[in-house]
Amino acid sequence: MKDSTQHAVDVSISLRINGQMTELDVPPNVVLLDALRNRLDLTGTKKGCDHGQCGACTVLVNGEAVNSCLSLAVVHDGDDITTVEGLANGPDDNKTLSPVQQAFLDNDAFQCGYCTPGQMVSATELLGNENVATTDADIAEAMSGNICRCGAYKNIVAAVQSARSTHGNRG
Amino acid sequence: MRQFDYKRATDAQGAIAAHAGQRAAYLAGGTTLIDLVKLDVMQPERLVDVNRLALSEIEDTEDGRLCIGATVRNTALAYDPRVKRDYTVLSEALLQGASRQLRNRATTAGNVMQRVRCSYFRDGISPCNKREPGTGCSAIEGHNREVFAVLGTSEHCIAVHPSDMCVAMAAIGATVAVEGPDGTREIAFSDFHKLPGDTPHIEHALAPDELITHVTLDAPIHGAGSTYVKLRDRSSYQFALASCAAIVALDGDRIREARLALGGVGTKPWRCHEAEAELAGVAADDTAALAAAARRAMEDATPYKHNAFKIPLARKAIVQAIKDAAARAGQGALA
Repeated sequence: MKDSTQHAVDVSISLRINGQMTELDVPPNVVLLDALRNRLDLTGTKKGCDHGQCGACTVLVNGEAVNSCLSLAVVHDGDDITTVEGLANGPDDNKTLSPVQQAFLDNDAFQCGYCTPGQMVSATELLGNENVATTDADIAEAMSGNICRCGAYKNIVAAVQSARSTHGNRG
Repeated sequence: MRQFDYKRATDAQGAIAAHAGQRAAYLAGGTTLIDLVKLDVMQPERLVDVNRLALSEIEDTEDGRLCIGATVRNTALAYDPRVKRDYTVLSEALLQGASRQLRNRATTAGNVMQRVRCSYFRDGISPCNKREPGTGCSAIEGHNREVFAVLGTSEHCIAVHPSDMCVAMAAIGATVAVEGPDGTREIAFSDFHKLPGDTPHIEHALAPDELITHVTLDAPIHGAGSTYVKLRDRSSYQFALASCAAIVALDGDRIREARLALGGVGTKPWRCHEAEAELAGVAADDTAALAAAARRAMEDATPYKHNAFKIPLARKAIVQAIKDAAARAGQGALA
């Protein structure tokens, strides 16, 4: 067995975050959310409940939406991570909003904005996801892991529908 | 979160060796484990990461069964074409469980090992025989509505087994393949989860250091239809108040064979053999006969202060699930 025994000491991992390879030494008990926010200053991803119940911490891991609060950073060695900071396209000094970001803006799909990064990352997984059908009810079901305490759900569903209808199979 | 050390295993024997002699836990999706470590309800000194074991495939067996690797994610299992076609009840149960984010991480073996959602167990403080044997059960005289059982309870614990996936597997029939320090063995799915009895801290049939490697579903019943009916306080991302997995095969318009299992009401995934026997030969649209079978399924139920409503609710879930499954059985027979 090839193993990497660690006795509560830091573990070296590499993550591809928003397209950039990042090397990091983290204690085993650090969740991905805290590694992103506290170690890498990627504070777009939000901490809500910290127990997998609200979805504010949603990031994409190898293209799939996950709760970064419930996943240890060490488990993700070698994984491809996309945070809300990675949704926009283009160089740092000339970014354009992603289809989902633009649709959230166009549809006024947020109020206080705290859940919005998680909502948009979660919605991004639905672009081109053929397992999720196209009715509002299907969208609501697929987005039910993202809680919005302002209650902006109606416009969030509209935004996801808009983004999917124009960019459905291209992500 | 408390500190622990971390070992990343690449094969089963390596994982088992890393687990042995420690207060250790196997880490797969972590959606229950990390939650409970954060709450300090689980206090492992070592986590053994089994995500890199070669256990992420779904494979047909030569005798017509379906073998699911321990780390197959709930999402992958729910959308597998064979599961959607031959085990519709399982696909539907998975997709009615948790949220998309959680299903993307949660694994087959991890779901089998899911811990109870009892608030007294999770708070880390209240008397709880499951968390601290001998301290008593706070739920019996406390708030015992949502995630508390009416079947299989004891004076020591009344927490529901919260999995939807396991209810479907109980109806389908399955075996759990495990590997330990002394080799491999198989455990019937119906024997895997333990009733609380006098020992609610003993939840499953695993021996020390044993690791689940696969769950193999029994062969599907030819021509049967199946479905999962889940009733809950909100329509998504919520544990069941009562649920029913039903598999029904018809002979003409009469039920040839039915399999039923219940969620939200039992301290383990609850198979209903006696009600199944009553359904054989019954016309699938005979609501009175279906209701009689549903009463039989719930006849041993013991209500507590806040959850008596679950008994009629479960009966309605059973009748609805049988009808819906039977409607699909007709379609299946034509294919």
